[in-house]
Parts: sequence; structure tokens; C-alpha cells
Amino acid sequence: MAQELTGAEIVIKALVDQGVDTIFGYPGGAVLPIYDALFQQNKIRHILVRHEQGAVHAAEGYARSTGKPGVVLVTSGPGATNAVTGLTDALMDSIPIVCLTGQVATHLIGSDAFQECDTVGITRHCTKHNWLVKSPQELTRVMHEAFYVATHGRPGPVVIDIPKDVQFQKAEYAGPQNVVHRTYRPKVKGDIEAIKKAVDLIANAKKPVFYTGGGIINSGTVASQLLREFVRLTGYPITSTLMGLGAYPASDKQWLGMLGMHGTFEANNAMHDCDVLINIGARFDDRVTGRLDAFAPHSKKIHVDIDASSINKNVHVDIGIIGDCAHVLEDMLRIWKSKARRPDKDALASWWKQIDEWRARKSLSFKTNDDVIKPQQAIQRLYELSKHRETYITTEVGQHQMWAAQHFPFEQPNRWMTSGGLGTMGYGFPAAIGVQIAHPQALVIDIAGEASIQMCIQELSTAVQFMLPVKIFIINNEYMGMVRQWQELLHEGRYSHSYSDSLPDFVKLAEAYGATGIRATKPDELDGAIKQMIEAPGPVILDCVVDKFENCYPMIPSGAAHNEMILGDDPEAASVSEEGKMLV
Amino acid sequence: MKKDYTIERHTIAVLVDNEAGVLARVIGLFSGRGYNIESLTVAEVDQAEHTSRITVVTAGTPMVIEQIKAQLDRLVPVHRVMDLTVEANSVEREMALVKVAGTGERRVEALRLADAFRARVIDTTHTSFIFEVTGAPSKIDAFIGLMRPLGLVDVSRTGVVAIARGPEAM
Repeated sequence: MAQELTGAEIVIKALVDQGVDTIFGYPGGAVLPIYDALFQQNKIRHILVRHEQGAVHAAEGYARSTGKPGVVLVTSGPGATNAVTGLTDALMDSIPIVCLTGQVATHLIGSDAFQECDTVGITRHCTKHNWLVKSPQELTRVMHEAFYVATHGRPGPVVIDIPKDVQFQKAEYAGPQNVVHRTYRPKVKGDIEAIKKAVDLIANAKKPVFYTGGGIINSGTVASQLLREFVRLTGYPITSTLMGLGAYPASDKQWLGMLGMHGTFEANNAMHDCDVLINIGARFDDRVTGRLDAFAPHSKKIHVDIDASSINKNVHVDIGIIGDCAHVLEDMLRIWKSKARRPDKDALASWWKQIDEWRARKSLSFKTNDDVIKPQQAIQRLYELSKHRETYITTEVGQHQMWAAQHFPFEQPNRWMTSGGLGTMGYGFPAAIGVQIAHPQALVIDIAGEASIQMCIQELSTAVQFMLPVKIFIINNEYMGMVRQWQELLHEGRYSHSYSDSLPDFVKLAEAYGATGIRATKPDELDGAIKQMIEAPGPVILDCVVDKFENCYPMIPSGAAHNEMILGDDPEAASVSEEGKMLV
Repeated sequence: MKKDYTIERHTIAVLVDNEAGVLARVIGLFSGRGYNIESLTVAEVDQAEHTSRITVVTAGTPMVIEQIKAQLDRLVPVHRVMDLTVEANSVEREMALVKVAGTGERRVEALRLADAFRARVIDTTHTSFIFEVTGAPSKIDAFIGLMRPLGLVDVSRTGVVAIARGPEAM
């Protein structure tokens, strides 16, 4: 007979057996037994955050940069509700997270006990699945099942709610090897007939474009390698969503840059004019498609997605393939090679000629001067001065995020962590902490705005405690810039509450936490400040004071089509339809 | 590709693991994504296997119906989703308990109509009947419509249950 362990010991043992080396958490009354079990072991490192939202974002950063699930431990009631934003973020961006929440003892559930909340009820809508464990006998199974569900199929967050009495009671423990899920067995191999049809369509295309997304990153580095091989073999142009950056190297000549609302002129026009659209691991998000009835109107569409519900959700496609990107790409490559497929060279040459004309528009260009730092310039210099290192970038949400996506090129997957689906201000800094924990030797930079950074600024204390040399690069324009940009576009420049008033002195703030603070206000100070930031041994805030009124272009205004972009050198052309104003 | 905006009514059967909160997951999916529920029934169908069957009648455009099925299918405790409107030739039944109060000629007429609908009397007083009527939802609608002028006071309906014809299991 197997040895009996307490519920708390089962939790720790299951985590170790699942290969977990780090968890992010915050203690409280309802998780004390688990914290006690943590205290008495040394296989799992616990990173104490300063707010539970930070714990989930840190776990997301850890997960996104390693491909492993991130693990969170929080208490009942406010511990669980504070985690909700992070869980929703992970659900939207398909990040595998296992979140353990304490719960009041089983006999108190439903009595409005101190720090009680209906955690499984609240998190049902923001997790892939969740469990309330009512007896210690269920705990082993649920722990292993949770890791299986979080990491298989389309990844996502799961919650295990564990009442305090269950953490004390004893039960038998079993290892993860025997877990076969009763109902959840997602399909990874795509339908071969559909893949053959897709390869035929791809081979006969005259104006093709690859449109790839976060699914490639989630599928693992093999998927990125297969994508590179397939795209090079075809010679076709490729663009990607915000979440997919790095899957294909930005330095490659077939790379068009990001597409969508703030995508490049060439990527969006190629999408609009293409005859075959090859979507691999992206989900036709509204930031990408713009006006749906004018989205890639003359194209046949192929969509590869592991989640059947993503196919035909927003955009009707001609060939839908349900499967994991790496598996499907492997089959596509094999079929392409075995049939000795060759793209139509003449058609492709004229398609590239057209694309080069769009490229010549240089839609990401901006004008610099000697007096004030341009935000794009700050990000370009950051790239130039960090590109020879192992660099990981996270971002907050807003203009700086889009400028980072446009001006910081990525050559490898898992190097770019950003909140794409939910758009969570406050994501980037804790995510950077998670990345730094997973990659202690790497240079980890959170490209932030002065507004976003204040949403999880408390984690500076975490960075200092664990001696994590995370760099916070604040693009400080004293505005919630994207809000202001939309107020210009839609509300005649009435800047309702979008000015970042009463800002802290970020240099002094860093110093107050025991970190380093640096400020750059003039273009000639920029390089020196960035070098100082990179070379400083501990956490650093670089407050980079930039042009207050620079806007993020190019832009597809809401409700417009891909070929109706506003360009930075012609912002007067901007107009938004009445229908477009309704959209976010 | 032109979108089809016609609204279709579909009956969908969902076989689920009978675990805590599974019905809340299904209902939450419909409310959270703005889908319609016209009727919903649920009960355990296999005690040993711990499975329940949910029958949901919904309406939407073809694209929405496909979404509903895909969304249901990716819920973790779902074994199988079957669209009984397209995948199979199926039978649908609903049961209603209908209380009618009255005396004299109206009472006699209610009883006569109930007989025509093969409704059974399952409770009676000197001034009331409770009828049990089974059939397609349209038949129950018709019966209730006829009872209204005869003293209809209360209706309780089960919602639709449905099953595919032929020898195969779901």
C-alpha cells in the first residue's frame, strides 16, 4: 500500500512529479498548510510576489518563455479574485497556467465565511477548466489532470480550488503516469485529405500570403523550424499577428512585418489583395481583420488551428484543418516535397514586385530631431544596443506596445511576451520577472508606458528581493497614449482623463525600492542611458522621456479595411465611419 | 463567401461527465457568448458511468450553430456533441403537466379535448384537472392553446428530449 500523505504534501509531490521547479504565489489563511509543506522541502522555489495579479502574469512570462506551464499559489477570497485578471489574460492568449487557490474548509463553504468566495464559479468563465477538490482522495487525480488539461490541445489556465481541511487530511498519492483523461483528448494530427487539398491550393496560388500566429509559438520550437522551412521552400511572403512574432525571423527577406491595426502597409495590403491566405495558428482576431466584409475579399482561405471553435468563428474559410501546427506543417512539407511542388515563378515575381512597391512606402518611418526623443527611436536604439545579447522583451499595453512590435525585430520564438487578447496594462513587468526567473543569465526588458507600469509597480519589491536584474524601459509621454490617440481620432481631441497627472519621479521611485533609476530626456543622452541600464547589475527603471504627441502609425481605423490605412506622414486622411466608432 | 443569415432551430444532444458544475459550464457558455437557449433538459443517464445527457434546443445562423457545437465540444467534461437536426433522423418529445380549473360545460369540454390529445388525467378535484400530455413541442403548444379559454391556470413543461432513430448509440 502506498504511503499516505496530507493534502498539502500531495500538492507538493504532484508539482515535483510534474517537473515544476518554480511557483509564484502569496500566502494567506486558507493555504497555510501548503505553505508549511513548501517550507519543509527544497525542490520547488517559491517566488513571493506583492499582488496575486503579479503572480499570474509572472507565471505567464515563465510559461511563454520556456514552453512549460506556469504555476501559481494563492489564498482564498481576495487571493483568488486578484488572480482573475491574470487568468483571463492567460485564457485569451492561450498560456498554460496551473493556479492553486486555497478555499475555506468544506463544512464552511456556502456560509459566507471569512475570505470565502465562489472561486470555481468566478473563474469558470476565465479558465479552460477548474476543479473544487472536496476530498483528499481526489487530489492526486485532479492535480495531474490539471497539468494535462492546461498543456494539451489549445493551452490555457486551470484553477484547482483546495479547501483547507482537504490540505490537512491524508490520502494515498499516485504518480502522474496513470492519468488517462475520460473526456478531454484533443486532436493533434490534421485530416490528411484536407491537408492535401491545402497543399494543392498553396502550390497553385498566384498571390499567396502566410498569416501566422501564437499557435506556432505554443506548438513549440519545432513548429517554428518547420514553418521557416516551408515558407522558404515556397518563396511566399509571410506576416504574423502580435502573438506570433519571432516564429519567423524578422531579418528574412520574405518577412513583411506584423499585420493588423498597427501592422505594416505591405503586410496589410498583401492580406487584402492575396488570392490564397494561409493562416497557421492565428484566430482572425478583430485587431487583425479590420472590417470583416472587406477582409481579404478575393482570397481562398486555409486555416490551421488546434481549436475547432476558432475555425469559421469570425471568418468563413475554404479549408479548415484542426490540428497542432507542428504536426500539420510536417504533413504539408512532406506532401509538398513528395509531389515535387513548384510555385508559379512568374506569378510570384510579379506579386513580389507589387509587395516591394508597398514596402517602398516605408510605413514605419518617422522623423527624428535633436531636441526630443521619438518613442520609435528609443525602441530602435534599445534593439541596436541589445541585439547581440540573449534578450527577452515583455510589454505593457498601449502605444509603446505597438511601437515595440513594429520596431523591435525578433529572430527567435519565445523571446516576446505581450498581452495580446485581453490587453492587460500591468502585464509586462511581472511577466518580465517570470522570464528572468526562467532565464537568469538573459537580458529581460519590460518596454512600458508611464501609465501601465503603475498598475503592477509593486513587483519592484519582488525583483529586488530575488535580485532579478529586470530592466523597465518606460516610454514616458505623460499620456495614456493610445487612449489619447483614439480621443483625437474619434472625439475631436477632447482628452478626457487620459493625461498622466501627478506622476511619481520614477528615478526616485526605483531608488526607494532599492533599484537603480536613470532618466533620459534628450536624444544625445539615449544611448548612454540604455547602456547604463543594460550594464547595471540589478533591476533598473529607465525613464525615457519622449515626444508627448507622437501617435502610433500606420493604423487601420476601426471599422475600416486593410487597404484603408492611415499613414504617419498623412494623418489628416483619417476618418472613422459611424459604425467604426462603435467598435473598440 | 457570402454569409447565410437565416435563423435555424437545432436540437443538440450533449453527453457529459456528471461532475459538479457541468451544467453551469454549458449554460455559462450560452449566456457568455450570447447564444439562445429555447429549451434545455438534463438528467443522469448512466449511473455507473456517471454520465448525464443534456438536450438543448437553440436557434441561430448556420455559422452560429457550428460555433455552438464547437464550443460545447471543447468543454473538458464533454464526451460527445450531436446535432440531432442534421446528423441524424431523430425523434423529439416533450411532456407537460397542465392544470385546468372550471366547472360545468367547460370542464366537460376540457376532458373531451384531452382525450383527443391522448392526455392523461393524473389529478382531479371537483373544480380542476391536471393533464399529463406528451408529444412534439408543437402538439403541446396546441393543447395549451385549446385549454386557455377553458380555464388554464398552470403549466409545467419538461423541455425537449430527443434521440436519434436507428440502432446506433450516440
